[in-house]
Amino acid sequence: MHGSDPLASDGPPKPKLYEKRKGVYPKAVDGTFRRLKWAIMAVTLAIYYITPWVRWDRGPYAPDQAVLVDLANRRFYMFGIEIWPHEFYYVAGLLIMAGIGLFLVTSSVGRAWCGYTCPQTVWTDLFQHVERWVDGDRNAQIRLEKAPWGPEKIAKRLSKWTIWLLIAIATGGAWIFYFADAPTLFGQLFAGEAPFVAYATVGVLTFTTFTLGGFMREQVCIYMCPWPRIQTAMMDEKSLTVTYKEWRGEPRSHGIKRAKENPGVFGDCIDCNQCVAVCPTGIDIREGPQIGCITCALCIDACDDVMDQIGRPRGLIDYATLESADSEQAGEAAPPLKRSIFRPRTMIYFSLWAGIGLAMLFAVGTRDRLTINAIQERNPTFVQLSDGDIRNSFDVRVRNMENRPREMTLTLDGLEGGVMWAGSGNRDQALRSFTINVPADQLLNTRVFVAAPSDGPAAEDFGFSVSAGEGEDVETAYEAARFARPGEE
Amino acid sequence: MQDGKRVDEPTGTEFVGHEWDGIEELDTPLPRWWSIIFWATVVWGLAYTVAYPAWPLINNATEGVLGWSSREALAEDLAEVEAERAPVRDALARIPIERLPEDSELMQAAIRGGRSAYQVHCVQCHGSGAAGSPGYPNLNDDEWLWGGDLRAIEYTLIHGIRNPDHAETRISQMPAFGADGILNDRQIGDVVSYVRVMSGAEEQSTSAQRGEAIYGTNCAICHGANGEGDRSQGAPNLRDAIWLYGGDRATLTESVTYSRYGVMPRWGHRLDPATIRMLAAYVYSLGGGEDFVEVAEDPEVEVDARQ
Repeated sequence: MHGSDPLASDGPPKPKLYEKRKGVYPKAVDGTFRRLKWAIMAVTLAIYYITPWVRWDRGPYAPDQAVLVDLANRRFYMFGIEIWPHEFYYVAGLLIMAGIGLFLVTSSVGRAWCGYTCPQTVWTDLFQHVERWVDGDRNAQIRLEKAPWGPEKIAKRLSKWTIWLLIAIATGGAWIFYFADAPTLFGQLFAGEAPFVAYATVGVLTFTTFTLGGFMREQVCIYMCPWPRIQTAMMDEKSLTVTYKEWRGEPRSHGIKRAKENPGVFGDCIDCNQCVAVCPTGIDIREGPQIGCITCALCIDACDDVMDQIGRPRGLIDYATLESADSEQAGEAAPPLKRSIFRPRTMIYFSLWAGIGLAMLFAVGTRDRLTINAIQERNPTFVQLSDGDIRNSFDVRVRNMENRPREMTLTLDGLEGGVMWAGSGNRDQALRSFTINVPADQLLNTRVFVAAPSDGPAAEDFGFSVSAGEGEDVETAYEAARFARPGEE
Repeated sequence: MQDGKRVDEPTGTEFVGHEWDGIEELDTPLPRWWSIIFWATVVWGLAYTVAYPAWPLINNATEGVLGWSSREALAEDLAEVEAERAPVRDALARIPIERLPEDSELMQAAIRGGRSAYQVHCVQCHGSGAAGSPGYPNLNDDEWLWGGDLRAIEYTLIHGIRNPDHAETRISQMPAFGADGILNDRQIGDVVSYVRVMSGAEEQSTSAQRGEAIYGTNCAICHGANGEGDRSQGAPNLRDAIWLYGGDRATLTESVTYSRYGVMPRWGHRLDPATIRMLAAYVYSLGGGEDFVEVAEDPEVEVDARQ
């Protein structure tokens, strides 16, 4: 019985399956890595917002937007490259490159993607700056959070959320410009004439940006995102990671005064907690490498600052590999950092990555801009004509992948005595070849009737060839077909 | 086991009182979010049966306070589709059919619509690929009994062939030369020889030479002196390679002896003018469609003069 213990009178505490979020109020910090993060934030946000507005002249028959995912017309434009739906494997190739690129980056510089370039990190960082601007730094934020609701808190919360919401709307708003002509859509958006899906997309992305950047923040990285797990599995003893050098820091002196009074007893860590205070995911790096660490390196900046103040060498917290940490701890010279970048594993990743990239560039540069497809009508396969000849029908599809209309010549190849005519004409116009006008960047589907004398094999191979241009610029394509006559094959 | 208040120490939850081989069931309360969703679905379900037709009665069912019915919903959907198609149908019904091929977009729309209508109304006789079968013309080829331009095809569709109850139907009748005793078996054999020589299916023979005179007396008036046929009365061309019933001796003998009397239903009173034009455009597009030889001033003129 626990009768004597008042705390136990309610029975044993229930195990909780839900952990409430602990507030994270990262402190402002300045230093090398903070400045690097500023620069990367500026570059990534600039890329995101400016890209859809970049123009690229493709002539009068194609959009002049440099990067455009034209879902309605099923075309993907990226500067000088235009992808048709049947070429989607180029996009698959890009995804494979992105995957191998992640292997490369992670195996050499660890979770650099998480710490610097991930949109979740960039937008959370942005939102935190807004938070500091409105509420003040860490301590003021904690005070405000604990304060009861009053005019000041309401005003600050409302202004903070308003700015967040504006950023979120701008984030969602920028996304849709990748899918339509940006200046046109911009006008439509404000005139209320944009398609519903545009407003819906802005709404959804505004909501996700507002909640993920404003409230969920590090929980996205720790609980929702698969990358940290995958990247953890991809790192090895030669990958860079943010490391607290506990052999230098421990035991902690809990204040500079005690360290000075007892020289040689304590390590360099004075337990000032600055590394924890600046951490955007609210972890303590001194507990060792952990899933919550996105390697943003802000704790390095904070600690270096403190080391400068107490006159100790910088780098108590620093980028290091497990290998260099071991040798440093053993008192040996740490291997140079470039060893984590230039080594067989990263070289293999790089050559794979570059090989795929070069192969795709080569493929894009040499791909056909003209293709032909002929599908035989099978119901009926042949038709008896009144003069004794046999007629077959084909759906001939000519694909003009250039951004200009082209006059092309469709020619019968083989099939002695055969003639053909387009579905819109009739047999009076039958010839061995005729001209078709294929519109810019489109597929032309023409019904073609082919007639040939009845004396011949039940199945006779022939072909359609199509050519465009003249002289050196001539481009041709060929499609094998089969002429059917009555009788057994 | 009757002690309902017994509590499981680690979780602080009461036991239900069931036990199987020492394994006991805990009376863990349902999570609140689950209960809320459960009751919300119950309320939703009950409200649904009030709002929409649901409860079966003896002769019918409750109608629901919203007055919704699946028939009306279907009617609305169909009306919506009809409204979408209305501009094309109106244009089709209005345009003079001679000008339909010029208006390529409308022609293409008509062909697409005609393909659908064909699969409902025409496949039973002409086949899904419009290739026909003995007695049912192949619509893909370039032989037309009654004319192959758009207007002639449309007329055939509206008025049909040999419809007994219809004055404007296309009608003609070949005599049953054998059954009615006009020619005897030997004469029929000779005329069959002559027709087969004429179409290039047989070598010249004495039988065919005898048949030529019989042909001139009995057949030339409809099929033409040279067997070229006559579209004004649906008399087939006998010189070409296409035979509606078959060009072998047995089939030709049967045709001459008993005659043929193929009937095609008329569609003018069953289908609207736009659908009929769509069908005409589709049949025209199958490969044998003919140009208008002379554009008639009177749109009622039913055949072209082409031979």
